[in-house]
Amino acid sequence: MNPPRFAIYLLHWFCPPHRAEELEGDLDELFQQRVRELGIRKARWRYVRDVVSLLRPSLIRRDNTCLVSTNENTYPKPAYTTMLRNYLKIAYRNLAKNRVYSFINIGGLAVGMAVAMLIGLWIYDELSYDRYFDNYGRIAKVMQKGEFNGEVFHGEYNPAPMGPELRTIYSDDFSHVVMSSWTKDHILAYGEKKLTKMGNYLSADAPDMFTLNMLSGTRAGLKDPNSILLSETTAKALFGETDPVGKLMKIDNKLDVKVTGVYEDFPYNTEFKDMKFIAPWDLYVASESWVKRAQDNVEWGNFSWQVLVQIAPNADFDAVSAKIKNIRLKHNPEVAFIKPVVYLLPMSQWHLYSGWDKSGNLEGRIQYVWLFGIIGVFVLLLACINFMNLSTARSEKRAKEVGIRKAVGSVRSQLISQFFSESLLVVAFAFVVSILFVLLILPIFNEVADKQIGILWTNPVFWLCGVGFSLLTGLIAGSYPALYLSSFQAVKVLKGTFRVGRFASIPRQVLVVVQFTVSVTLIIGTIIVFRQIQYAKDRPVGYDRTGLITVAMNTPELYQHYNALRDALLQTGAVVDMSTSSAPATDLNSQNSGFSWPGKDPNFKESFGTIAVTHDFGRTVGWQFVKGRDLSRQFTSDSLGMVINETAARYMGVKNPIGMQVKWNDTQYRIVGVIKDMIMESPFKPVTQTVYVLNYGWANVINIKLNPARSSRESLAKIEGVFHKFNPGSPFDYRFTDQQYALKFAAEERIGKLASGFAILAILISCLGLFGLASFVAEQRTKEIGVRKVLGASVTNLWALLSKDFLILVIISFGIATPIAWYALNNWLQKYEYHTDMSWWIFAIAGLGALAVTLLTVSFQSIKAALMNPVRSLRSE
Amino acid sequence: MKGTYLGEFEEVVLLAVAIRAGDAYGAAVVNEIELQMERTVNLGAVHSALNRLQEKGLVSSEMGGMTAERGGRRKRLYTVTAYGRRVLEEVRQLRNQMWDAIPRTAWS
Repeated sequence: MNPPRFAIYLLHWFCPPHRAEELEGDLDELFQQRVRELGIRKARWRYVRDVVSLLRPSLIRRDNTCLVSTNENTYPKPAYTTMLRNYLKIAYRNLAKNRVYSFINIGGLAVGMAVAMLIGLWIYDELSYDRYFDNYGRIAKVMQKGEFNGEVFHGEYNPAPMGPELRTIYSDDFSHVVMSSWTKDHILAYGEKKLTKMGNYLSADAPDMFTLNMLSGTRAGLKDPNSILLSETTAKALFGETDPVGKLMKIDNKLDVKVTGVYEDFPYNTEFKDMKFIAPWDLYVASESWVKRAQDNVEWGNFSWQVLVQIAPNADFDAVSAKIKNIRLKHNPEVAFIKPVVYLLPMSQWHLYSGWDKSGNLEGRIQYVWLFGIIGVFVLLLACINFMNLSTARSEKRAKEVGIRKAVGSVRSQLISQFFSESLLVVAFAFVVSILFVLLILPIFNEVADKQIGILWTNPVFWLCGVGFSLLTGLIAGSYPALYLSSFQAVKVLKGTFRVGRFASIPRQVLVVVQFTVSVTLIIGTIIVFRQIQYAKDRPVGYDRTGLITVAMNTPELYQHYNALRDALLQTGAVVDMSTSSAPATDLNSQNSGFSWPGKDPNFKESFGTIAVTHDFGRTVGWQFVKGRDLSRQFTSDSLGMVINETAARYMGVKNPIGMQVKWNDTQYRIVGVIKDMIMESPFKPVTQTVYVLNYGWANVINIKLNPARSSRESLAKIEGVFHKFNPGSPFDYRFTDQQYALKFAAEERIGKLASGFAILAILISCLGLFGLASFVAEQRTKEIGVRKVLGASVTNLWALLSKDFLILVIISFGIATPIAWYALNNWLQKYEYHTDMSWWIFAIAGLGALAVTLLTVSFQSIKAALMNPVRSLRSE
Repeated sequence: MKGTYLGEFEEVVLLAVAIRAGDAYGAAVVNEIELQMERTVNLGAVHSALNRLQEKGLVSSEMGGMTAERGGRRKRLYTVTAYGRRVLEEVRQLRNQMWDAIPRTAWS
């Protein structure tokens, strides 16, 4: 017949002692009464409800003197929270009183935290790349490695028999072996609806390996050779709301397939984010004769496909790699001289750890992860330094408060907790503000960084990091005032004999130097990144990009009517010229060996970029001849003509290549002209020696030069009309060459933009801090300035006096930053074979810029101080 | 000052204190209200209302009157102050005034 015990505990826990008696009495009385009237269960339940209802601020409050006025025995004891509340109140008043400092402090820290958070989210996104797949830990790509002319190369291109070989001979080591075509544009058509979508042909195992999340249909759907699996968005775009499973559609206007499944879209941070549909490998083999030939004839020399594998549960990557190492050597022993090695690249390394330089050293994205991680840490460090500098500088002004608190009985530990709670309060504010910042900036950041990142609201690690970091900053920044100020002797402080030591400002100065070292380094870095991009952009490209478009040849119709199509296009007047080629001008996609020419060293292992063109190619892209002439219809012998670039002429080591016979495989070509190098690959790399041969059959793209006298929109409309006539099965998709060329700078420009953004923020934060410090110093020296003015110092004198200290600090940091920046950027530039050099003026500009910004920031405060009327500063004592 | 305003529940509590004159404490007020209004009330609501009434000066309190039923604990006994009584009368008068002002046609 007792009330629930936990409720009694609860009551005692929150109830102020002077009220416990009456409340418990009331509760008991009601309980007994209810047991009689309603029964024990109801009575207990009501008891709990009553206790909970008593849990309200007006009843918990302990300093409720109004109730005790009647009884002197129940003097309320102060609660543990009372003092804390007072600390927070004082902290809040301090913040409200010094608005500018609070703004600088909270704002600066918030910006720093926001930057760190953004970078943290970016790194998280990079590290979680591809983790969407359930078999993340067991999937790998089959890779080829070798050495050619002293240069190490890695490639993911594999011959067609690689899949069957792994599947049969090494079946114990693999759960799945998947052959894959490259993710390319294909035309998907359902009735009248036609879309161009990227997709792959994959072996039937693929859905199981990728553990596709099927929304309808089954993973086994791909086993049917005339099937297709669509991603959710593709299915929506093509079929709308109706269920696509079982419907018949067409790929590239020639392959009839049945939709056998719809899978959930791959997230943006996966390798296969562009793959919008999956078609069966067998269909690919059946429809493409060259693939069928490669597979049926077991061609080990044709490297055109990707092989993805999932290793068996008990296997590990290294052991399997060691087993399959010599596959290529076994099947084509004649290439032993390139030391070919076959190995597995695990999925966990695809995104961050693939990419190698010529000596075989890793050069992956992981470098950027490190770079941005370091920048993030530094920006955060800058913000923390500000915060510490300002709070320590301000706290000296509060020596009197410490004195009074001690005089009325505070012990040291209380003062320590006061200052800590104060800095934690500020950090908490900053944390909230920084989350708002991140929310604001994320859309822009995502665009610049090409990501789809969101705040990880539900991720405990995110909150743990955020809160943990906030606590850490608060404790570090609060430690100086907490530990140092609380040690003051009350008597000294209050009597006015207390003096801050001569060296008290040294740590602050060191911190300012660190700040500016980071800022100046970032400025120099940004300038050099942009110079490098500009340098590569200014490089002559060797052809004319303006008004040049390319159209992919993706349907059989386009192959048969070269001349008719060209005539029709020319007739519209919208086109200056048209040609086909094996690759667009922005992509050198084929390299071959097997060339010989008179005077060639027989041991020389040559390799040329090879492009097939038509007679009209030269006029379409506007290449420029150094020697010789363009391919021409007037000379029938030109059907075996060849145009080479300057690099190729040098590479072959011949003085006058015009008219020379070059043998490639079993065909004799004759060189008719030498062109200026065309930049078809990365503009940061030297141009590859390339030969252009005449071949109407080997064509992948149509190049069209628009008429510069007409508006391109008008021209494109006309061209579209022509294409619809010749190629009714496909939507008219074109690419502007200058846009494709600009994409080659995307990675560098992205880094440039991010780096400059961070550099600006770093400088902003540093200046905020400097501004705060300068105003603090000016305020501290008010009396000194007054005395100096009375004795006849001019405003200029005073300005110089106050600014000098800071300028010296900035100059020191410039001295430290220069070698660091030089070393780091020199390493970065060396990566590019075609790179700008680091002139001294870049450093000079960065240094002068930093000085100017410092001077501006400091001058505002120092001039203000110097202009002050000395009467006002000296009057009160 | 908010002191003059009397909320609906506060009025009920104040009336209950007046009804139980001399023996008005938390549990008794709860019983009285439950009896009169036939609805359950929480002890916390009553106590917090009593608190507010005391802050407004409508009731005063003192400790006393322990009984066995309460395990020998004392009660806080509330009494309506003169000011509290005046406020109650004012409220009642105001109500009557408003009732009288209702035109007969309003009900038809």
